[in-house]
Amino acid sequence: MTTSMTPRTIVPTLVTIDSLTKVYGEVTALRDVSFSAGPGRVTGFLGPNGAGKTSTLRILLGLNRATAGVALFDGRRYRDLESPSHRVGGSLSADVFHPGRSGRNHLRSVAIAAGIDRARVDAVLEQVGLVDAARRAVGGYSLGMRQRLGLASALLGDPDVLVLDEPINGLDPDGIRWMRTLVRSLAAEGRTVLLSSHVLREVQQTVDDVVVIRHGRIVFTGTLSTLEAGTARVRVDGADRAALADALTRAGATVEPGDTGLTVLGIDVARTGEVARDAGIALTHLSDESDGLESVFLALTADEGSTA
Amino acid sequence: MTATPSVNSTVATGTSTGTGLARATAAEFAKVFSLTSWWLLGLIMVVYVGITAAALAFFFSDLGAQLTSAGSGAPAAQLDAVDAATLVYSSVTAVGLVIPLLFGALLATTEYRHHTLTPTVLAQPRRGIVLAGKGVVAALMGALYGVAGLIGSVGFGAPVLAALGEPTALGEPEVTAVLLRTVLATALWSLIGLGFGALLTSQIAAIVIVLAFTQFVEPILRVVASVWEWSAALGRFLPGSATDALVGAGILSSLGALDPSAPSAAVDALLWWQGGLVLAALVTVLLLAASLTTMRRDVE
Repeated sequence: MTTSMTPRTIVPTLVTIDSLTKVYGEVTALRDVSFSAGPGRVTGFLGPNGAGKTSTLRILLGLNRATAGVALFDGRRYRDLESPSHRVGGSLSADVFHPGRSGRNHLRSVAIAAGIDRARVDAVLEQVGLVDAARRAVGGYSLGMRQRLGLASALLGDPDVLVLDEPINGLDPDGIRWMRTLVRSLAAEGRTVLLSSHVLREVQQTVDDVVVIRHGRIVFTGTLSTLEAGTARVRVDGADRAALADALTRAGATVEPGDTGLTVLGIDVARTGEVARDAGIALTHLSDESDGLESVFLALTADEGSTA
Repeated sequence: MTATPSVNSTVATGTSTGTGLARATAAEFAKVFSLTSWWLLGLIMVVYVGITAAALAFFFSDLGAQLTSAGSGAPAAQLDAVDAATLVYSSVTAVGLVIPLLFGALLATTEYRHHTLTPTVLAQPRRGIVLAGKGVVAALMGALYGVAGLIGSVGFGAPVLAALGEPTALGEPEVTAVLLRTVLATALWSLIGLGFGALLTSQIAAIVIVLAFTQFVEPILRVVASVWEWSAALGRFLPGSATDALVGAGILSSLGALDPSAPSAAVDALLWWQGGLVLAALVTVLLLAASLTTMRRDVE
């Protein structure tokens, strides 16, 4: 015997963005954008405002039409899914509610249109912590409350995939922590989570994979740790500098000799220490000189002129 | 993975176009009834049409007396009692069409004004079904506003007629036909509003144009059109004239008919079903144009 409250099996779903191009009049907003987001992971879609994040996500959800290319869920477009709201939940803006309608009535109308069990309305209100405000008009909601309502609409169909555009915008620090926990648990259940942000720092502890877009082009795709490894910059010196450089190079690092020691790129400070120990070289200096993730992100997304 | 059947396999069976339309319609009703504008419009309809009907009832009983006694020229055509009562009851279409028209226009443009088209299209990605659902709601709510208008026109007009000693003519088959076709007319005007709003998308522009057209532009056009025979022939196809033909009564039509020497008198009026077809054609053109243009655009 199963009831509607029985936790369902998540269908692992791969989101594929394939060669998307979007031209608005004279402006090319997206150029050949390709990446994917896998099940059980949180993919952060990052880039400055106006880089093309929202355009990409709106095309993915069938709201906007691509000039070229496709965006698919396990090989099918959103509108071709048999029951789209049960497969994919989207929250694209906190500004999509009638100010005179209550949050609960908004969710009810979405549930009716999408063929979702009405009992889910109260369940998601509970999940996002909006029960007390549910019967009040959305016009009186704060931005953070509207973000929660948007997330509630996305969760309504108990979907396999969540597509969230700037979900952290307008949340207070408590709200950001809450959102992080919720998003992590959704991915842990096997769902695919694709969320965008213009601030890497705010989603750094949330995402597994990172896609960086700048001026409508993808400039980085990979895991967060790849992005972090790319930022590693270590200063090291030892008794036998030549042997140390040799050992580090063999460990895969790029070594730049300097007057006061070696600059090591490509491996982090812990790995550098291990290599020196394994090679039996006593160190006289070891320091982490990394710029940090945020500055790498800024460098990736900066305009050509200001790139270091 | 366990062998637990997924929700998807059970919901996938209920997603045919038919149930999609039923859901889209039910969702549109839920949206309408969760705001206050629908019953405010209904209340305005009852009161506005009621006051107009009461005034007309008073005016026609008085006018009837004056027309028979005034001998300042050719004997004027006299309104018989049934025609007078019909005119009173048809205040719904004489002054009240703006209400279903506004309702239909708001049904479409609210989605653009408050960006609610995004959740609407996410819940039902087939935009044709979204528009069809709105069409069903517009027609049914338009009919409801017709009933509200009749509550006003009969509820206020008939007692005034009776108080002034005029027959109310209620129960006469031709009066009953007028009442029924009034409901059809308001349903069609609500659909015209929907098509117009869906095509225009701007709520402010839609409201301004709807008010300007129904209150000023069309009445002036109809008066001007009645000056020449050729323009009177074309004027019959103006939405307001077609509505008078459909309902079988209208103040502007009756004023023209009072003067047998007017050029418009030489032009055969449209039959009631022809009037209905003119309005239905307008609905079809507007909705088709919207579904081919604005409804295909990117949702902002």
